[in-house]
Amino acid sequence: MKKTSRLGKYWLYLPLIAMAIFYLIPLYVMLVTGFKSFAEVDLKTMWNLPSGIHFDNYIEAYSKLAPSLWNSFAMVIPAALLSSALGSLNGFILAKWKFRGADAIFPFILFGMFIPYQSILIPLVQFMNAVGIKGLPGLALAHIIYGIPITTLTFRNYYASLPQELLEAAKIDGADMLKIYRYILLPLSAPSFVVVLIWQFTSAWNDFLFAVVLTGNKQWPITVALNNMAGSQIIAWNVQMAGSLLAALPPLLIYIFLGRYFLRGLLAGSLKG
Amino acid sequence: MSKLLKDKDRFLSIVLITPSILAVLIFIYGFIGWSVRVSLSKWKGLNPDYSWNGLANYINLFYDPRFAVDVRNTVIFTGVFVIGTVLLGFFLAVMLDQGLKGEGFFRSLFLFPMAISYIVTGVVWRWLMNPATGSRTSGLNLLFSYLHLDFLQNAWHTTPKWGMAAIALAAIWQMSGYTMALYLAGLRAIPIELREAAQIDGANEFQIYRHIMIPLLAPVTLSALIILGHMSLKVFDLIVAVAGKQLPLDVPAIYMWQTTFDGLFYGRGAAISILLLISVAVLIIPYIWYTLHTETEQ
Amino acid sequence: MKKLSWILFSLLAIVAIALTACGPKAEEPAQPAATEAPAQPAATEAPAQPAAGGKQVEVFSWWTGGGEAAGLEAMIKVFKAKYPDIEFINAAVAGGAGTNARAVLASRLQAGDPPDSWQGHAGQELIGTYVAGNQIQPLNDLYESEGWLEVMPETLIPLISDNGNIYSVPVNIHRANVLWYNPKILADNNIAVPTTIDEWLAAMETLKGAGVQPLALGEQWTKMHLLETVLLGTLGPDAYNGLWTGTTDWGSPEVKVALDNYAKILTYANSDSASLSWQDAAQLVVNGDAAFNVMGDWAEGYFRELGKTPETDYGWAPVPGSVGVFQFLSDSFVLAVGAPDPEAAVAWLKIAGSKEGQEAFNPVKGSICARTDCDKALFGVYLQSAMDDWASNIVVGSLTHGVVANDSWKSEIDTALGLFIQNGDVDAFQSALVAACKASGPCK
Repeated sequence: MKKTSRLGKYWLYLPLIAMAIFYLIPLYVMLVTGFKSFAEVDLKTMWNLPSGIHFDNYIEAYSKLAPSLWNSFAMVIPAALLSSALGSLNGFILAKWKFRGADAIFPFILFGMFIPYQSILIPLVQFMNAVGIKGLPGLALAHIIYGIPITTLTFRNYYASLPQELLEAAKIDGADMLKIYRYILLPLSAPSFVVVLIWQFTSAWNDFLFAVVLTGNKQWPITVALNNMAGSQIIAWNVQMAGSLLAALPPLLIYIFLGRYFLRGLLAGSLKG
Repeated sequence: MSKLLKDKDRFLSIVLITPSILAVLIFIYGFIGWSVRVSLSKWKGLNPDYSWNGLANYINLFYDPRFAVDVRNTVIFTGVFVIGTVLLGFFLAVMLDQGLKGEGFFRSLFLFPMAISYIVTGVVWRWLMNPATGSRTSGLNLLFSYLHLDFLQNAWHTTPKWGMAAIALAAIWQMSGYTMALYLAGLRAIPIELREAAQIDGANEFQIYRHIMIPLLAPVTLSALIILGHMSLKVFDLIVAVAGKQLPLDVPAIYMWQTTFDGLFYGRGAAISILLLISVAVLIIPYIWYTLHTETEQ
Repeated sequence: MKKLSWILFSLLAIVAIALTACGPKAEEPAQPAATEAPAQPAATEAPAQPAAGGKQVEVFSWWTGGGEAAGLEAMIKVFKAKYPDIEFINAAVAGGAGTNARAVLASRLQAGDPPDSWQGHAGQELIGTYVAGNQIQPLNDLYESEGWLEVMPETLIPLISDNGNIYSVPVNIHRANVLWYNPKILADNNIAVPTTIDEWLAAMETLKGAGVQPLALGEQWTKMHLLETVLLGTLGPDAYNGLWTGTTDWGSPEVKVALDNYAKILTYANSDSASLSWQDAAQLVVNGDAAFNVMGDWAEGYFRELGKTPETDYGWAPVPGSVGVFQFLSDSFVLAVGAPDPEAAVAWLKIAGSKEGQEAFNPVKGSICARTDCDKALFGVYLQSAMDDWASNIVVGSLTHGVVANDSWKSEIDTALGLFIQNGDVDAFQSALVAACKASGPCK
């Protein structure tokens, strides 16, 4: 779709670039500090460029964070995949295969999206211990379960927007529920999967609260390891910033490369039906 | 389609959704139920004590000067954050909707803060909002002085009474990309004919936005308000990352954390979390009801 | 609502039937796959179960960085040399003054999944929380067999005991009531190191007049730290101790004087204190940006890490009014009730209380040994002076660092202090302190 400019065109870049600078300021500080030597780090010269490009900090940060980095991947990938799969199934049933009471189930699940997680921390740990699911599997399970509301919402709204005729034709052909899901809806679900996967990936990746209470030191994901790197006396800010960037990189890359698809599917994920 | 098949499918659908419902039942409602019970107990100290305390924990909070500070701070934060994020997001979306070159670049740029946690950016914001003056000036204040914009220098989150507004700035930075994306998707969903028809009628750009676009975007605005509103009620890690746990920037979630884990007042902590939950529910439930209701009418 | 609950109920019934019919696989499809996901599930399994054959000790602390972590590492090295067949699991979690760590610990203890041993401040923090919660074991036998009663100071033992039972092994001693100053600034302004609160206030007034920042202060907990030293400096050690045992009335005029002093002292502090960590605030003194700072003697370790020289870049004295008094705090380790491996835990405690272990830990951490027989030559000039004072001074405990008040009481004081910093109302502050002592302390 080709658009003609509706407002005058070029002056628009001015506010956009100004805003871009505002968005980039924290990133700039992280980048330049990450390249500085320890002696160079000083609040008074935080805006100055580093004396050279040293990758030492990144190497040091990586060597400290590497095990946690892999812990994060090992926990986040199954968590994102499974909660998306569950959400898709739930969304399908709640939108297209309503049984009696399905309309009551949806808000019942949805409300879970909004609870303050700090308040359920203690029963969560107690429950996980009682059923004996500890460490990374327990953390992944927590992310899967607390992800169910938003993934269900996204898929349900998306599937609800698909015409009912799509299903009716298949039903007449004698397809059962699972076949309809597998051969008709699932192939159409890619945009919603992208949104939900991105969302779940980043929220599980960035989570600190569940991670710190559910995992022990060998299973710590990256956020906990990063938090621990900031010791209690002299903090090597240059290494800390380098580590922060490393920790932010995976979700950042996902947003940069999949941002387009994210945008497309986003409206379905808002509460609007 | 045979009745048998239909029954089988109905049974199957119930079976398939049951694990999710069970999980939600335990992990959300069960745990909330536990918190409600604790909030009505005298539990203080490490070991559980469920002895009945009635509504005493709630009543005490009502007279608690610290909780009053929390409520005030939450109101300030919510106001600045929600309004700022919606306005900025809308503005960015309108800019990006003009079909400029490099749209994808700017879009990713505005969206990226959402991908980063405050564990990562908290330190940077702490540096940026450093309120030191004189020879120790640094952060944004130093940048302003480089740019000869000294009048912009301020004490950020240490400003008496209004420090929360500075914290909200960092939150706006993180979430305005999200509202931008929502609005952009909403704008793209508006048929181009509507716009063209208005142009033919002689409406100018401003009038088109004022009378056509904004009303059509109302559902997007509403859902943005709800999402952002409930986030601001729960704000916790951002404040801790930027300013630590200090009373001038106290909010209910921090009070709950401190009183529970530092002070071992489990009953009071649970009462705070239930009050938080109720305030979220007051915001969310009518909205969920409304959207589902309008949907079935359509 | 009625309809909803009926639906839920019938769902549950259906689930129950479905579960018995198709076995466990329908219950939670997420679990099996999630369990497979981590690279080596067996190796990363919860440390509570010792690996076959090998013994393990899981020790929980908030020492994750700087001299603390290095000191812990040094002590672990001693441990490994002595007990090569016990695997040491360092479960340190960072967080402002250990608050994240404490939340993690609390939830683990409540879930019945304690680490073998953990760090806690000696005194009421341990006794009021973990002894009251029946989570730690008395160590009297260990003290007997290791001969620690002879080498630990007599004043210390009652503070870590409850009803005659000793509950923790202190590894170090820090001093809380230290006034750090910049010798050059004081000399330039002809100011002698103050020994009373009045002298201190006068000195700060002079400095303020000369355009020098008199006092460097940091975030809220550093203000509580200042408060406890001003209470001590104004009331003296006996009345100060009485605050915590219930013999000094929090509502008394003497306490009012102390709080007024505190309010006056706060007026000389930097305006951006809320945004500074204790390191930032202490650094202002050694950098010549402020004259005084009140901080525990871990600040000295920080100054040395910054490459500063004692007595030229920074000087120290007891906080005015507290000359001859040593306000202490101590990090100590405990033995968990239900420790997964009590033998390994006791082995760790033996190292933590040993001369070798403490001599490895303390010079690196920047504290003095809890034992009195450590080799003085291992320590720097400041710590040597602290060792002398520890041996000769009157010993009182710190509030901020867990010695004198239990956690609930301390958190109520913290809230009262936070409100006071905001509104400056001394009378309201005092009545809040009275109420806090009644609600969570010994006052009636």
